[in-house]
Amino acid sequence: MAALTLPSSIVKIDVNNTPMDLQGPLTVADLLDVIGKAKTPCAVERNGTLVPWRTRSDVQVESGDSIEIVTLVGGG
Amino acid sequence: MTTPTLDTAITPLTIGPFTLSSRLIVGTGKYESYEVMQHALDASGCSAVTVAVRRERLLDDQGRSLLDYLDLDKYTILPNTAGCFDATDAIRVARLGRDLLEQLGNPGADWVKLEVLGDRATLLPDPVGTLEACKELVADGFCVLCYSSDDPIMAVRLRDAGAASVMPAGSPIGSGRGIANPAAIRIIRDLLKDPEHGGDPNYPLVVDAGVGTPSDITIAMELGADGVLLNTGIAHATDAVAMATGMRLACDAGYYGYRAGRIGKKLYATASSPWSGVITSIPGE
Repeated sequence: MAALTLPSSIVKIDVNNTPMDLQGPLTVADLLDVIGKAKTPCAVERNGTLVPWRTRSDVQVESGDSIEIVTLVGGG
Repeated sequence: MTTPTLDTAITPLTIGPFTLSSRLIVGTGKYESYEVMQHALDASGCSAVTVAVRRERLLDDQGRSLLDYLDLDKYTILPNTAGCFDATDAIRVARLGRDLLEQLGNPGADWVKLEVLGDRATLLPDPVGTLEACKELVADGFCVLCYSSDDPIMAVRLRDAGAASVMPAGSPIGSGRGIANPAAIRIIRDLLKDPEHGGDPNYPLVVDAGVGTPSDITIAMELGADGVLLNTGIAHATDAVAMATGMRLACDAGYYGYRAGRIGKKLYATASSPWSGVITSIPGE
């Protein structure tokens, strides 16, 4: 009997208002890795709710999600 | 007779759990380059700097990051909520800033410069939204520094809502008009800090915004402010580093001027040299 494997799927999301089709399943930490921001100081919201940086590996990204990634810039 | 004061050291500025060696808080925006910003911050002598929270660039990997040019061991980072026009957004941005600074291990994670703006043209604060956001952020454990108008009653309301510091605008952000209403700043100072008006001498009053030139800072400090927050006055000066130096010295001058207690203003002159022993004739005498 063949081993049970989860089917891979395309996760369609918006990241900073940019549509992306990514291979799923993936967590917020995976997402940052895929887009090259894993080592960039940033904060992440998923659908308007903060994903605390310590929990990124625990939070799944799902199709239809709106992801906001922010960083610190010069300001007064 | 008063004994001459020998201790001329400038005391640190304390805001909530934060103790700052400098009474200037300087912004990191709008400099000609990050290198100029670094030198200007150093020349200002500041130990806390403000930053903004903005979208990460997804495509521009060559872009330089502010964080590469800030010594996080030297500066306490004060994230702001600039660009927010309601309490909900300000709270959201404050939490994002905290999350970022926690990752960086910077003590600035625990405080926020709260701005809830009324409109883009004046950048004046929306008092209702500011008060609402202040209450929520204080309840969430933030040390809240509230950008406010120079309305004395609003300043009291924000203090009563738990703001760790009220920061009235000298004049609109980036306007360079200095302290537009010195009387209002003085009244705010009395209400927040004078025990006769129900104030606490240790409550920190920071004038924020509108500084165009060093004397603006001196005036703010001479009015009894505990510190000044500025950005554009330094960043957009022709020589930002020289201006930052002037701002530092002006802050010190105003600090000592207020602490020393200025003379009263009189309509007529008072001679500095004694009249007794004068060997000349005095008109009318």
